Amino acid sequence: MSKPRPHSPSRDVWDQFRRHRGAVAGGVIFLTLVVSVLLGPLIWRVDPAFIDLTIRNQGTSLSHPFGTDQLGRDMLARMIAGGQVSMAVGLTAMVLSIALGTLVGVLAGMTRWLDGPLMRLTDLFLALPLLPLLLVMVMLFRETLSIRFGTETGIFLLIVVAIGITSWMPTARIVRGDVLALKEREFVQAARSVGTTNTMMITRHILPNVLSPILVSASLGIANAIITESALSFLGLGFPPDFATWGRLLADATVYITDYPARVIWPGVAISLTVLAVTYMGDGLRDALDPRARHRK
Amino acid sequence: MLTYTLRRLILAIPTLLFIALVIFLLLELAPGDPTAQVPLTVPPEVKEQMRIALGLDQPSHIRFGKWLWQMFAVEPMVWWDAAFGTAFTDNTPRVISWQTRSPVMDIVAQRLPQTLWVVGMAYVVGVMIALPIGIYSAYRQYSVFDQVGTFVTMVGYSIPPFFSGVLVIVIFSVQLGWFPSVYDTTHEVVDWNSFLVQLNQMVLPVMVLSLQVTSQISRYMRSAMLDNLSQDYVRTARAKGLRENTVVGVHVLRNSMIPVVTVIALGVPQVFGGAIITEVIFKVNGLGQLLITAIQANDLPMVQTVTFMLAVLIVLFNILADILYGLLDPRIRYE
Repeated sequence: MSKPRPHSPSRDVWDQFRRHRGAVAGGVIFLTLVVSVLLGPLIWRVDPAFIDLTIRNQGTSLSHPFGTDQLGRDMLARMIAGGQVSMAVGLTAMVLSIALGTLVGVLAGMTRWLDGPLMRLTDLFLALPLLPLLLVMVMLFRETLSIRFGTETGIFLLIVVAIGITSWMPTARIVRGDVLALKEREFVQAARSVGTTNTMMITRHILPNVLSPILVSASLGIANAIITESALSFLGLGFPPDFATWGRLLADATVYITDYPARVIWPGVAISLTVLAVTYMGDGLRDALDPRARHRK
Repeated sequence: MLTYTLRRLILAIPTLLFIALVIFLLLELAPGDPTAQVPLTVPPEVKEQMRIALGLDQPSHIRFGKWLWQMFAVEPMVWWDAAFGTAFTDNTPRVISWQTRSPVMDIVAQRLPQTLWVVGMAYVVGVMIALPIGIYSAYRQYSVFDQVGTFVTMVGYSIPPFFSGVLVIVIFSVQLGWFPSVYDTTHEVVDWNSFLVQLNQMVLPVMVLSLQVTSQISRYMRSAMLDNLSQDYVRTARAKGLRENTVVGVHVLRNSMIPVVTVIALGVPQVFGGAIITEVIFKVNGLGQLLITAIQANDLPMVQTVTFMLAVLIVLFNILADILYGLLDPRIRYE
């Protein structure tokens, strides 16, 4: 038996996270999904865009485990390709929205004269009808951007930016609240009294301490972004029809729903599973990062 | 309380004006020409005439001003005329849809009942299911019911409406054939049988929307109940011999409802957003479907007006939530 060693804070967090079974399962499922869409093309070497009209609308078979679609394209390959786009959109939009939210939150919390205007701005953004505005943005800017950056990059940029700038508000509010509370703490005042500059203060003392709410909103942000992208694709205002994303696959398959329901189920389950996994992960993170919750049980 | 309500309502006006401006500028700054879909065989002079007829020759600030005037002065007068038979607005121009050439508000008035019926029913049903689930799973925390309930609400929360909608169509409409997959908005309720038909076709859209509502609100209800169940006043109530039903159903429930009521009020606009997708799936011709078709047809006045109305909804329900919070919780005093 070894002597009990002092725990590091990150070790405590990990221990608590491990105890939340749902969160661990969520993390494992999310990682599996990410790894399989990343490494999938290396193992399943079928071109997702290859059209073979002789084998269209097939069910599950050895050569096509998920069947084929109305143009005879392999569904497994399309699911993998679609997953890459959906995950990329989810992660990029999440990073953008977290970065914006943290920036606004820290600025509002640290500088008194910016606090009022920035929080009014946040309130205004919260009062905007987001889904309609997203639809309008995509409709209006789609063509210009696809001409400038090429169809795929243009739409990718548009959707990521659109989701990012419409979902930063909750993060900004939480971060601002935490920063305001932190500013009154002794260690920040001590740091200030020894002449810490503002930049150092933010990077050394403020940001590490608001990391936990940021992580939680990051995990929820992925879920939100994936759902929003799929909703846009579903309403016909996302990626172009031949371009596979999970939302697009689902939208395409709804036309054939009475005859081939399985083609709706695959992408739908993939989206829901990702969202569920990420939400559980966020739940576990929230418990694990909150030291008070840790000692409650 | 009254002064607080009044102040909030007055403060809402600049907010709404700003939102209207944001929506207008977004439509304005966007590249793309509303007459771009006109066939190339139409000569440029005629095209110019069409632009003038749409009012596009005027500078943007004038068009924004005109929209504001028509929305806030002309439209209320139209209502007044319709209600009291006066004729203030006989020849006053109103906000006209480019698609149908009829006043936007008339179309909105036609579409609103369908949306209100489906959304309203879904919300009521969702809340009615959510509250008991939340209460019971908090009361028996970590029990099987709680674990299963938490998992089911998590799943319900994770399944996006465009998937759950398609799923219920597959199960209840295609496989079982119980309910129609298309909502027939021309159906009129005249007697008991047609009322049953109406109920029957509302089941699926309401089910999809209320799944979202239920999973969100039951989670809030559960955590609010948990916060209150461990309070001292609960122990006091038990100690003085009150029955368990009274303790949980009256004392704890009342206090837990305070945050939940505001969440319920805050969720209303979100449900209207979710209705956009549900209406597309079940072909309900309500507001959401109107918005989608207007967006696809580049009908800017319609898009502007409907989006703005959704914004009004959000702002109003935010204010309502704050006021309810103050009314329900005597600890919160608004000056």
